[in-house]
Amino acid sequence: MQHLDDEKIKFLESTAQQIREDIIAMLLAAGSGHTAGPLGMVDVFTALYFHILRHDSANPQWEDRDRLILSNGHICPVLYATMARAGYFAPDELKTLRKFGSRLQGHPHRMMLAGLETSSGPLGCGTSQAVGMAIAARMDKKKWQVYALLGDGELDAGNNWEAFMLAGKLKLDNLTILIDRNNIQIDGMTEDIMPMEPIRAKFEAFNWHVIDINGHDFYDIINGFAMAKGIYEKPVCIISHNIPGKGIESIEFDFAWHGMPPKDAAQADDFLNQLRTLKGKIKSEHE
Amino acid sequence: MPVNPNAKLVENLFAPDIKQEPTRAGYGEGLKRLGETHPNVVALCADLTGSTMTKKFADAYPNRFIQVGVAEQNLVTVASGMAAAGKIPYIASYTMFCPGRAWEQVRTTICYNDQPVKIAGAHAGVSVGPDGATHQAIEDMAIMRVIPNMQVFAACDAIENRKVTMAIADTGKPAFFRFQREKTPVFTTEETPFEIGKAQVYWEGDGVAIVACGPLVYNALLAARDLEAEGISCMVINNASIKPMDEDVVIAAAKKCGAVVTVEEHQVMGGMGSRVAEILAQQCPVPMEFVGVHDRFGESGEPNQLIEHFGMGVGSIKEAVKSVLARKK
Ligand SMILES: Cc1ncc(C[n+]2csc(CCOP(=O)(O)OP(=O)(O)O)c2C)c(N)n1
Ligand SMILES: [Mg+2]
Repeated sequence: MQHLDDEKIKFLESTAQQIREDIIAMLLAAGSGHTAGPLGMVDVFTALYFHILRHDSANPQWEDRDRLILSNGHICPVLYATMARAGYFAPDELKTLRKFGSRLQGHPHRMMLAGLETSSGPLGCGTSQAVGMAIAARMDKKKWQVYALLGDGELDAGNNWEAFMLAGKLKLDNLTILIDRNNIQIDGMTEDIMPMEPIRAKFEAFNWHVIDINGHDFYDIINGFAMAKGIYEKPVCIISHNIPGKGIESIEFDFAWHGMPPKDAAQADDFLNQLRTLKGKIKSEHE
Repeated sequence: MPVNPNAKLVENLFAPDIKQEPTRAGYGEGLKRLGETHPNVVALCADLTGSTMTKKFADAYPNRFIQVGVAEQNLVTVASGMAAAGKIPYIASYTMFCPGRAWEQVRTTICYNDQPVKIAGAHAGVSVGPDGATHQAIEDMAIMRVIPNMQVFAACDAIENRKVTMAIADTGKPAFFRFQREKTPVFTTEETPFEIGKAQVYWEGDGVAIVACGPLVYNALLAARDLEAEGISCMVINNASIKPMDEDVVIAAAKKCGAVVTVEEHQVMGGMGSRVAEILAQQCPVPMEFVGVHDRFGESGEPNQLIEHFGMGVGSIKEAVKSVLARKK
């Protein structure tokens, strides 16, 4: 992994800011889609694509690339915006999200956009595919890492736990999953809909190594992934404590924003203003 | 205008401002009404309580509602268990996930056991729109109708979907019924007949029989009206009861018209039209055309844009009628 210093952190922060603005603009143009999850995962995605992952946007099929599986496909606005900023395609294309004929399908479609490892949207299937890739990589003595990103509500799905058992049994130390622990799902707070805690103890019982991180602190995110790479004989689960809707104070923590876009241009402007002005409390330099 | 008066359709059938409501609203309303009359009706949902409209029941009868989380296989199998213990469970998710994800569990624990679980499939068809292919169920009627004991329904509007929801409560049988996300015209009335195993003639004619299900029945009526002006007489049948299907009405229509077009928001393989073809191949073979999705996945787009793109718009139905007419002896 690259060296991390204050300058790099500044770069990551400004890139994340750009991606958050992209997401608001995309969702406004699309008129539908998910706001809370994507905004909460911006810092993790920025860290992955601009620091952690071995990948090459000019050669998406590079054989030795790390594999990143987005299991919770509905948060794809953050994936698309990050990929655009990382050079996979022109940011201009972001405004085609969810539109007829777009490569940016409402849920990611591997056959449409180079750089996607799988199609997703139906929840609960990403870890199993990542386990499959990790097994194949081990058989072929490949050095690449397999990463899967999951929602916390998504953990309700039993398919996940079948995969967690298998990964533990096979001691897949080339596999790291990250759980977007934002405490919301569609019908409410995760602990009301289907209590998940204690997540750490559950994974430890399945023979995983568990790392908790603050998903909005770049040092923490990057150290977490660095540590994960150093763990041998066990798959790693990173529990990323994230704020849904992060950056837009008026919607943070509110599960109602799981699947709603900004309702109109005025609301999108308000969101951008909150993003640009430290939660709207100081005046924007753009004004 | 050859509207069948016995169908009791709305007066303003073709008015541009005809009332629009999503079919799913009929599920919400029907389930809530059942709650009042049937103490053994219970509802289960998998983290989609609002958009499936289960919420109406859940709010009215919180003690008879179970939230299982994002876990459709558990949804199906828990419902089977509750049915075995005397309840009539209505379970709801998006059609793609339930029954889509839980097919074998539906087959074994519900149908093989013959438990009266009622599977409400929301967000069926490509008209789901921008969410894209992963969320657009267009295979569901095929995979459900092949299972013994299962009954299958596709209502044409919110009122009929409410009738379906309520009619299946007392059958003692498993049932699957699909409905849509978008607002579509409400063109039937309280008096419009709905009966399990019966198809209804909505428009009378003798040149080509259009057998349709779901909100596309309305497109079929629009096509029949346009074609009438062109001198082509069509019969339009609302075939909401996919299984059991009304063989008598289907055969009589084929005999009278000598050509059939089927219309469904579903793969043409294995769907409602396939069942019509199975019946007619044995009893009254006539030329047929199938309007529906032809062996493709859906994609993101606006609902109507996708209906047109995948060849289920009014224009496509008219074309199908003309090409089947050309083949008619
Ligand atoms: C198999 C399946 N069932 C249901 C859904 C509908 N759905 C989409 S997102 C979601 C909630 C998931 O919660 P979480 O992963 O925590 O996402 P967040 O709300 O945090 O973005 C549900 C139920 C789905 N996509 N797939
Ligand atoms: Mg969540």
